[in-house]
Amino acid sequence: MIVILVFVCMQSMGQIKPQTKAHRKAGSTTPAVNGKDVYVQHCLACHQADGGGVPNMNPPLSNTSYVSGDKTRLIKVVLNGFSENVDIDGESYSNVMPAHDFLKDQEIAAVLTYIRKNFTNKASAISTAQVRTVRAANKK
Amino acid sequence: MKNRLFNSVIIFTVLSAIITLCALKQAGEVVPDADNAGLKLPAGFGALKVAETGAKARHLAVTPQGDIYVKLAKPKDGKGILVLHEAPNGKAELKASFGTYGGTEVYLKNGYLYASSNTEVYRYKVNDKNEVINPDTPEKIITGLKAGRQHETKSFVLDNDGNIYVNIGAWFNSCQEKDRGLHSPGIPGCPILDSMGGVWQFKADKLNQTYGDGVRYAMGLRNIVGLDWNQQDNQLFVMQHGRDNLNSSWPELYTTKQSAELPAECLYALKKGDNAGWPYMYYDQVQHKKIQAPEYGGDGKKEADVKFIDPAVAFPGHLAPNALLFYTGNQFPAKYKNGAFIAFHGSWNRAPEPQAGYFVVFQPFKNGRPDGDWEIFADGFSGSPEKTAAGRADHRPCGLAQGADGSLYVTDDSKGTIYRIIYNKK
Repeated sequence: MIVILVFVCMQSMGQIKPQTKAHRKAGSTTPAVNGKDVYVQHCLACHQADGGGVPNMNPPLSNTSYVSGDKTRLIKVVLNGFSENVDIDGESYSNVMPAHDFLKDQEIAAVLTYIRKNFTNKASAISTAQVRTVRAANKK
Repeated sequence: MKNRLFNSVIIFTVLSAIITLCALKQAGEVVPDADNAGLKLPAGFGALKVAETGAKARHLAVTPQGDIYVKLAKPKDGKGILVLHEAPNGKAELKASFGTYGGTEVYLKNGYLYASSNTEVYRYKVNDKNEVINPDTPEKIITGLKAGRQHETKSFVLDNDGNIYVNIGAWFNSCQEKDRGLHSPGIPGCPILDSMGGVWQFKADKLNQTYGDGVRYAMGLRNIVGLDWNQQDNQLFVMQHGRDNLNSSWPELYTTKQSAELPAECLYALKKGDNAGWPYMYYDQVQHKKIQAPEYGGDGKKEADVKFIDPAVAFPGHLAPNALLFYTGNQFPAKYKNGAFIAFHGSWNRAPEPQAGYFVVFQPFKNGRPDGDWEIFADGFSGSPEKTAAGRADHRPCGLAQGADGSLYVTDDSKGTIYRIIYNKK
C-alpha cells in the first residue's frame, strides 16, 4: 500500500525515476512523505534553502506568525496561494505565490510540519486530517 | 656639531612642509577608502563609500555642484527623495529630503529633476545650481500608469528631442492563467500587453498625460529597471528582467540547473514598434536562439516567431539588471568611453543552484554597438563568495550615475550605501 502511495505521489510530482525512489522508500522506515523532499521540490525555489526568503519578493518562513501561528490560515496559504498586499513584520513582498492545491493532503501536512519545526521555528505538527478538513471547508 | 643640528632643523622643516602640503592636497581631493569600500576593481581604480543612507536607495542623479538625489523604494521618515551634498573629499551628508512617494527613478535633464512613483512621473524645476526650487509642488507629467505587486516600478529615460520613455512592467511572470503556477498555460493573446509589458513614449514637458497621450514605443518586454539613451547612435537601450520559474512551472521540460541558467537577461536596442516577444518567447543564451515559451506551446527547443527582435547582448539568467549607464566621461581609460555599465542586483530564482550577480559589469561598445565580451567591473558588494552563493548579499547594486568629473556612482538598495568609483592612476 505504501509502495503504491509513494509511487503515485512521486509520479504526480513529476519525478523522473519514480520506481527507484519508491523502492528505496519502501525499504526504509521513514514516513511515506518526507516534508523536506516536498520543500525542496515545491518551496525552495522561492523561499530558499535556508527558509530566509528573498528581500522585497518572497517572505521568510522564520519568525512569522504566518508560519508558527494559526494552522488553518497556513494551510489555506498553501492551498490557495498568496497574493495579498500586506506587510509582514514591516516589510512588503511582491511576488505571487501560486496555489499548491495539487499537493496531496499528506504532502501538505508533511511540508508544513517540516517548515514549522525548522528554520528556527518550534511550532506543533500539522496532521493530514487537519489539511483534509481545511481543504473540504475551502471548497465550499 | 652646530652644523649637524642646523641640518637636522632644515630636514625637519622640509619634511613638515611636505607632510602639511600632502595633507592639504588630500583634504581637497577625493580619496578612495583604504579598502576601496570593500569592492574588487580593475587595476588603477579605487572606491569610497560616499554615504550610508540606511534606506532602500534605488536610482540616483549627481549634479556638477556635488548634490546627489537618491530615489528611495519606500519613503524614509515620510520622504522618498534624499538630497546628499558631497564634501571636497567625496564624503556626503544629508542636506534635505522631499517627495512623499516611494519609487525607483530620478533623472536630471534640461533644468528639471524628474522622478517617478510606481504610477506617476513628476518633474521639479531646478535653479542654476541644480537645486530643486519647489520640492513640495512638482508638476505631474504622467499619471494613472498601471502597477501590479510585481514589476511595479517605473524606470524612465529622456532622449534629446523632448521625449520620455517609461517602462510599464507586466504584472505577471509569463502571462499564465495562474501566475507562476505548475503547468499553468499562457492566457491566449496576453491581453495585458495593451497597457503593460513594454516601453511607452510621452512628452517630457506636457502635464497630466496618461495612456491615451502616449505611444507604446516597444512591446513584449516583461520588465525593465535599467535603461539609458545612447548618445552615439541616438537610440534607446534597455535591460530586460527575464522570466522566472522554468523548472518550478515546467519540471518535465527544465532541470533545476537549466532553470538557474535560463533564460538570458537581455540588452535590447529598441526602435519604435519593436516587439521583444514576452511572454511568447525567451532568449536561450546557450543555444543562441529565441525559444518558444512553455506557456505558449514551447518545449525548450521549438524556436519562436522570427518577427521578435534579437538581443544586442545576452547575459546569464536571473542576475537582475537594475541599471544601465553609457559612460561618456573622460576620467576612466579610453576603453570605457561610450561603453555600457550594468548593475546586476543579484539572483534569487537560481535556487537550489548557487545564486549569482551582485556586481557591476562593463560591456564594451564601438559606434553605438556592443563590441567584444563583457567583464565584471566591480565585485564584492555581497561581502563574500559564500554570501553570493546563498543569496544573502550585504549590499545589492541597484542604480548607476556618472559624476561631472567622470566618477561612477553606485547605489545599494539593501543597506543604502552610496559608492563612488574613481580612476586614480595617472
